[in-house]
Amino acid sequence: MSKFKKKKKGIPAVNTASLPDIVFMLLFFFMVSTTMRETDLLIKKPNLPMASEVKKLEMKSLVSTIYVGKSKDERIAGDKIQVNDKIIDVKDVPSFILSEQALRKEEEVKYMTTSIKADKEANVGTILDIKEQLRDINALKVSFSTTKGNDLKKNF
Amino acid sequence: MARRENSEINAGSMADIAFLLLIFFLVTTTMDVDSGIARKLPEKTPEDQKVDVIVKEKNIFDIVVNRNNQILIENENVEITDIKRLAVAFIDNGGGIGNSVDGAPGEPCDYCQGARSPLSSDHPNKAVISLQSDRGTTYGMYISIQNEIEGAYIELRNRLGLEKYRRSYDDLLKDFKDSPSESLSEKIDFLKASYPQIISEPEPLK
Repeated sequence: MSKFKKKKKGIPAVNTASLPDIVFMLLFFFMVSTTMRETDLLIKKPNLPMASEVKKLEMKSLVSTIYVGKSKDERIAGDKIQVNDKIIDVKDVPSFILSEQALRKEEEVKYMTTSIKADKEANVGTILDIKEQLRDINALKVSFSTTKGNDLKKNF
Repeated sequence: MARRENSEINAGSMADIAFLLLIFFLVTTTMDVDSGIARKLPEKTPEDQKVDVIVKEKNIFDIVVNRNNQILIENENVEITDIKRLAVAFIDNGGGIGNSVDGAPGEPCDYCQGARSPLSSDHPNKAVISLQSDRGTTYGMYISIQNEIEGAYIELRNRLGLEKYRRSYDDLLKDFKDSPSESLSEKIDFLKASYPQIISEPEPLK
């Protein structure tokens, strides 16, 4: 009789043994493709302009980023410059770049690029000032960060 | 009492752990690829070595943009969409004799397809694009103009590449990235040298 008793009643549970496999696959995908956000923005998130002739920025480890945008406080006018986790003055840009260069190997320094992530409403004057500072210390490779698109009318 | 044989380890919570990690990475991930317009700034010359370079008026493509984002090219008010066409016509004009290269005397541009007007640029290696902006110009406008200038050069390089190697400049760059080789880099350098980017940015207007 016991043979009959063993027979279960109702629907058997769905086999979820492969669920971890699926989830792990997704997990690895995200782990590989992820880049951690390394800085907290103290300024308003720059609304990048659009451009069609863009080049991908290679060798992320050799890129130092300068953010330019409006202050989070509405009452403060003018463009603010942020590097790492602090807001700095234009004349402090060289010291930031030099400190970035000091972290890299000497032979890598000439491949270092400065990426300028500026808001499209920012003033060109601020950007040109930064460029001038970069020229002063011979950090000549610059990339103006943009999003890819063809509708230039949205830029202004 | 029947002994349970080959009892499986309860793996039900494994999914929970994995989900937790998955959600963590989902939240922290930023998928953006950094891309932008690459520019090489001109080196600074020491004060005592400054020489005035004399460039003929006709070899300069003068772009002025004011604080109201209005563009003036060669003293005419134009729209942003016109810049590329005008710049291509200017660079590709080939109306005269180019700069000497490696000691060899300058030659007329034999690959140019422009109007060969004596009033516009002599040769692509003499053609200077000057972008004069105002401090109050918005950055979006500035980038748009830079983008159009870049577009003009790429269009010309693509055309020459298709003519000479049956492969556009963009494609050559892609090929080079996939499989770098000496001959490819030579071709790329040739195209770059044929249409060199000479962009001058004078002091901004106050």
